[in-house]
Parts: sequence; C-alpha cells; structure tokens
Amino acid sequence: MNAFLLEYLPIVIFSGIAIVLGAAFLLAPMVLAPSNPDPEKTSAYECGFNPFEDARLKFDVRFYLVSILFIIFDLEVAFLFPWAVSLMDLPEAAQRFAFWSMMVFLGVLTVGFIYEWKKGALEWE
Amino acid sequence: MVASIAFYVLAAATLLSGLAVVMSRNPVHSVLFLIAAFFSAAGLFVLLSAEFLAMLLVVVYVGAVAVLFLFVVMMLDVDFAQLREGFAKYLPLGGVIAGLLAIEMIVVSAAVVTRGAASGVRDVPAPAADATNAEVIGRVLYTDFAFLFQAAGMVLLVSMIGAIVLTLRHRPGVRRQNVHDQVNRTRAQGVSVIGAPTGVGIPDDLPQAARTPAE
Repeated sequence: MNAFLLEYLPIVIFSGIAIVLGAAFLLAPMVLAPSNPDPEKTSAYECGFNPFEDARLKFDVRFYLVSILFIIFDLEVAFLFPWAVSLMDLPEAAQRFAFWSMMVFLGVLTVGFIYEWKKGALEWE
Repeated sequence: MVASIAFYVLAAATLLSGLAVVMSRNPVHSVLFLIAAFFSAAGLFVLLSAEFLAMLLVVVYVGAVAVLFLFVVMMLDVDFAQLREGFAKYLPLGGVIAGLLAIEMIVVSAAVVTRGAASGVRDVPAPAADATNAEVIGRVLYTDFAFLFQAAGMVLLVSMIGAIVLTLRHRPGVRRQNVHDQVNRTRAQGVSVIGAPTGVGIPDDLPQAARTPAE
C-alpha cells in the first residue's frame, strides 16, 4: 500500500461512516417500527380523495437549458485547472504559447457566452 | 493488497450499479444508480493514480451530467411501462447490436493490450515523481495538444449554441424586467406636473402619455 492511496483514507472512512449510517437509518425502522398495513393506509392519498392524474409532471424545457449551459461552463473551468497549475513550470516560449492557447479557448467560449446573453437564454421570463 | 481489495469492491460496485441502471423500473432510480456508477468509476481512476480525472468525473458527471439526466427523465413525461411493451419485439435487433458492441470492445481492448492500437501515439515524457496529475496534463495539453484543446473549445461552443437554438423559446407577451431602462429612467419621464384649474379639473384632451406616466 503506497503513500498516494493513503491520502484517500479519510475519504474511505467518511464514505464508510455514511454508508453505515444510511443503512442503519434504513434498517432500524424495519426492525423497530410497528408495521400494520392495510389497503387504505397504503393507497395513494390526496387530501381525502383519489388522485386525479399521474404525479409525473412535465418540466419546463428551460431547466434543461440552464443545466446544459452549466455543464459547458463547468467544463471550461475544468480546463482551467491544469493550465493554472502548470503554466509557470513551462519553458519561456511554451509558456507564452500555452497562455495564448488558453486565451483563444476562452475567447471562443466568450463568443458563445455573448450569444446566449444577447439571446436572453439566461433570463427567466 | 488493500489496493486490490479496493479495486474489486469498486469494480463490483460499478458493475452492479451499471446493471441496476438498466434493470430498475423507475427511471429516476436508474439515474441515481448511474451516479453511484460514476462515483465508483472515480474510485477506480484514483486507484490508477489518475486523480485529476477522478475529480473531474465527480465534478462534471456527478455534479452536472447526472442532474441533466434527472431533468431529462423528469421532463420526458413518458409512460415507461408502455415503453417496455415492445421488449420482445426489439430483442433480436438489440441483441445483434449489443453483440457487435461487445466484439468491438474486446477487439479494441486486445489491441490496446498488445499496443497495436497505441503504436502511432506520441509518447508523453514521463513526469517527475512528485508532479501531480493536473501538472502533467497541463504541461502537454496547452502546447503539444493545442489543436485538440481548441477543438474542444469549438465543440463546447457548438453545444452551447445548439442547446440555445433547440430549446430557447420566448413566450410572447411576457414582460421582462429591464434593469437598464429602470435605472436610466429620469424624473422627467416618470413625473409630470399638470396644472388643474379649480372647478375644471384636468382637461380631457390631455395626451395619453402625460395621463399615465411612462413605465
């Protein structure tokens, strides 16, 4: 077992605690709570009358738009991390190239950003 | 020893949650199992010392793509029991496609193992022992692989514009708040002083703009 994996031990411990706690809270009611179901108790209930329709509702498509725009900018930020970490380690010429490479990348995405701003995609009616 | 135990636990978790994605009746549960699969795949990346990819998998896939899938599943409003009806009918075609994909994966894996597929790949210089993943990626991504990097930017731009073109619909008749106009409104636009003579009131022929202050 190497030192690298040892750094992840806290995460393993945390997720172990989370799993054990989650399982305990799921299992404890099964064991402890009284369970005495009958059809009226378990049937779907809507303020005293039977449900009129399916509970599944259509989402507005704009939620999807916001979500996909979020993913795109999320990825843009993900590309920034290695750049920020390693830019200063590069030799002089490569450093300049890498800097402008990222600036062009950001410029391309800024074009898209201006487009969506002008289109009003970020506004919520 | 511990690493191999962790590998088998994570690999089993990935496979089981992948199976559960396909098998569960409720599509929302499928998405949640997909998140579990992403998490255990991130653990597998960590075991390969690919920390940066693991964190990216958690940030991008768990944080964003899974949410997107949840939205899509909820937005679909499809009767999923009805979708399952044609299962037997599509089984042969689906089986053929699944078989082709399996053969493809086996062939590609075999080629990678024998380095047949990697023969044309440029070797990235081995990093220093103390360099982190992100540093090693950053040293080559923006210089040696600049064109691929710019292509990724283009792909992101296209997907951004595509999503807007496909889904953005402005409902007519919706009055949006225009902060710029509101802030720029002056006293002259908002207030008008009208002299009303006693006993006569405001004249009837007053222009409409003066009667209702500009909005």
